[in-house]
Order: sequence, then structure tokens, then C-alpha cells
Amino acid sequence: MNKILQKEFHVERDDYANAGMASSQIKSTLKQVGVDPKVMRRIAVAAYEAEINMIIHAWGGVVYLDVTEDGMIHLIFQDNGPGIPDLEKAMTPGWSTASKKARELGFGAGMGLPNIKRVSDEFTIESSPAGTSIFLTFRVEE
Amino acid sequence: MTIQQLIEQTGWKPVTKDADVTKEINGAYCSDLLSWVMGKGQPDQAWITVQSHINVIAVAVLREFSCVILAEGAHFPENVISRAEDEDLVLIESDLPVFETARKLIELGV
Repeated sequence: MNKILQKEFHVERDDYANAGMASSQIKSTLKQVGVDPKVMRRIAVAAYEAEINMIIHAWGGVVYLDVTEDGMIHLIFQDNGPGIPDLEKAMTPGWSTASKKARELGFGAGMGLPNIKRVSDEFTIESSPAGTSIFLTFRVEE
Repeated sequence: MTIQQLIEQTGWKPVTKDADVTKEINGAYCSDLLSWVMGKGQPDQAWITVQSHINVIAVAVLREFSCVILAEGAHFPENVISRAEDEDLVLIESDLPVFETARKLIELGV
């Protein structure tokens, strides 16, 4: 499938000060493509949660954004490890391994991955000690 | 009601200088857990919280909130205020607890 837009964004480990920057850039990039506002809001929720996970849980990573000719938006969040030992637990609402620091800031509610899955049209997650990858797909029109 | 009307009728302090106070407020959401706010908040709501750090701005902007109301007499740090001004997001400080702050909004018909 031909890509009509392709971008990538880098996310640094423990970079709380810039948390949300990649999500904001994804949002402003997609505005140029004319994405339905309701779909845009779902993408913003998913992108923010996945970006935060890269900052507070993972050792940073890269976000790949593709929009294809068939009107699909693909987001891949690929982090640098250390991986999620128990994916089933990680997908359980309320379950979290967030640090004390993250929790004090209001992160670590254990709602990140469940939120991402709920708002995405397609959701796939793969994890190993080398890193976690989340593959999301959204339709441009709701 | 607009943010400007809320400020006039409550006496709460807007700490951002240039952000747009003509925006409408449609309802409110109260929580300090950012994932709950991302998951449940709705566009144009006022977000009532006691969190005042930099990440509040990203959540509020991505969630398209009308404004953020910091309760309990807490204060936003300078760097947070300046980030909010960059994003045209109004920050307000209320000296009331979260529950009383929300009650005030309800009394005013938000």
C-alpha cells in the first residue's frame, strides 16, 4: 500500500519535561491530512499513553507514523526494552509497575494499555527483553 | 459559560496572561490520575485537579480541555504557566478543595 505520509518521532527515557511532545506533533501532522476530529481525539489518547510508557517504563524509543492511500493511519511505538514480562497482567486495568516518582506525578494508574486498546481500531502488542512494539491502526473517517 | 464569566463570578485567579478566556466551558472533569483524565475527559471541559506539574499541560491540550482549575489553594510553577501560555491554555487557581470547586461550577450552571 502506498504511503501518503511518513514520519518518525524520538522519545527519550525519563524525559518527563517533554512528555506529550511526540503526541502533539503527531496530532498537528495529522491535522494536515484532514482526519475526523473524533478519530483525532482517539489517536491523541493512544499516542499520549504509548509515549508516556516509553518515558516512564521503557528506555525510550521511536514512534513511526504512516498514512496509507486506503485512508488508514498506522502508528508503531517501538521501545528499547526492557520488555513486559507478563503482557496479560499489563493489559489488566489498574495493574501497574510504575515507580514512586511516576505515581506522584499522576502516572501509573494502570490504565495506559487498556486505554490504548479501547480507543484503537486495531491493536497489537509484542514484547521481549529487547523491547516492546505496539502496532495501532485507525481509519481516517469514523 | 465562558472562562471569563467563570473568573468574574468566582473571583478565582487566572494565572496565564495571554491565554484565550473567551472559550466556552461545557462540563468539568475531576481527577489527578492522568490516564483517567486522558481516558474519560471530554473536549471543552474544565479539568479540576491538584496536579500542577508540566505534564498537566500536555494532557489538557491533547484532551482539548477548555481550562485547568488547580484546587486547594495550590499554585502552578512558572515553567508550567509559560508552557500553558505557549499552548493558549488558561490555568486558574481556586482556593477551595476539589469538591467545593466542582460544586461552585455546578451552582453556576456549568
